[in-house]
Amino acid sequence: MLGLKRFFKLIISSCFDLMPILIVVLIFQLLVIRQPLADVGQLIIGSIMVVLGLTFFLLGLEQSLFPIGEAMAVSLARKGNVFWLLLFSFLLGFGTTIAEPALFAITQKAADIAGSAHMIENSLTAKADYALALRLTVAASVGVAIVLGVLRILLGWPLHYFIISGYIIVVAMTPFAPAEIIGIAFDSGGVTTSTITVPLVTALGIGLANSIKGRNPVTDGFGLIAFASLLPMIFVMTFGIVR
Amino acid sequence: MSEWFEHFLRVFFETVHNVMPIVVIIICFQLLVIRKPLPHPGKALLGFINLMIGITFFLDGLNIALFPVGELMAKQLSAPEFMNLPDGQASSNWRDYGWFYLFGACIGSAATLAEPSLLAVAHKAEEISGKTISAWGLRIAVSLGVALAIGLGIFRIVTGTPLNYYIAAAYTVVIIQTIFAPKLIIGLAYDVGGVTTSTVTVPIVTALGLTLSSSVPGRNPLLDGFGLISLACLFPIISVLCYAQLASWRAKKRHSNHS
Repeated sequence: MLGLKRFFKLIISSCFDLMPILIVVLIFQLLVIRQPLADVGQLIIGSIMVVLGLTFFLLGLEQSLFPIGEAMAVSLARKGNVFWLLLFSFLLGFGTTIAEPALFAITQKAADIAGSAHMIENSLTAKADYALALRLTVAASVGVAIVLGVLRILLGWPLHYFIISGYIIVVAMTPFAPAEIIGIAFDSGGVTTSTITVPLVTALGIGLANSIKGRNPVTDGFGLIAFASLLPMIFVMTFGIVR
Repeated sequence: MSEWFEHFLRVFFETVHNVMPIVVIIICFQLLVIRKPLPHPGKALLGFINLMIGITFFLDGLNIALFPVGELMAKQLSAPEFMNLPDGQASSNWRDYGWFYLFGACIGSAATLAEPSLLAVAHKAEEISGKTISAWGLRIAVSLGVALAIGLGIFRIVTGTPLNYYIAAAYTVVIIQTIFAPKLIIGLAYDVGGVTTSTVTVPIVTALGLTLSSSVPGRNPLLDGFGLISLACLFPIISVLCYAQLASWRAKKRHSNHS
């Protein structure tokens, strides 16, 4: 019974989450473009699906993703073996990124750009190789990023030193990187962190900060995603320079 | 109906396929390294199925309803006929795209409010901070940041100025803010940039960039369409740090009034 009540509460809050988009679309369509909506039926069906989707997602988040992430962080920390913890962190970052559809799309496009700019041979196999290499680069960078972030939580180093020096490296590298790769490098930081990665990685950080004495989950638990959106930029630009 | 069901199943298995690597890693570590069963295996499995159903419905709903409408509207708003230009030629004057800025900013910030990963992080932040950080306050701050980023990103595409100037300037602002902002928020603020650009925001922002860079004369959609995401990644950091700064000033003022 309690579950049903929770379910309806989530449905209502999901409606509120979707409402702003619908309002923006309606206002612009009716007042600015002044044309009737193309397909009202599709819009309504799609909106209902989005609301249901958000509801199920949030349910699943509370039931599995958050508890699993935190439980694993706690038991790996209790085990006291740093190697396994770091290996887990790397694989988590690498594994979630390599299968990310948004990354697949962006590397494909990057290969098209490189092909038309004659950086690589403009053939299908050369482009496929380039896209794969880029995808592996980004996935490895996210793996390294989570490892660095976890090390930071373990050792208690302040986050902003890392991020600020990361920014300085990015800005210093930009003039040396080929122009075709810069836009992709900057965007690759944003696209790597998906709907599954974010809650899992957040839970990992908070679980770790909770289980280590003297760490505050709010100040120390966050920051893993920040590494995961910074390092891909540096790695992709290096990839562009080395290649 | 059966056609729809088939389509649903296909999308569902695609989602499952995408998360397979993570599931394998988690199971391997649980069995081989931690060597203990998961605390509530039944509940975890149910939750995982709920997650998959949720993501499937969510993505499919977006594809059916919102993405096509958004794309069509972006096209209509950047068409020369809509902008009332005398000779029916597309314009490269940034002043002519007024409605487009407004639409981009509004749809970007509205999309941010529906972003599942931001929802997850905001709830978690509210929970572990003991409600010092409010989930809605955080989400609204982020969505304002995205609105600003998209407005500026559109300006950049129309004028064709180099992306790295904008990035360097935004970095400088973040660094200065970091020095003054309350230490509690810094980790969360840095995280929020990567969190925002996910399932809803990335496709919408990409579509805006591509539409615009293919309609403004002299822009190459392959080169100039990029970059909006990186701005949408940076500006929420700035707006969340601002939000924290304002909140701490207000708290200080209240405190000094009491004493």
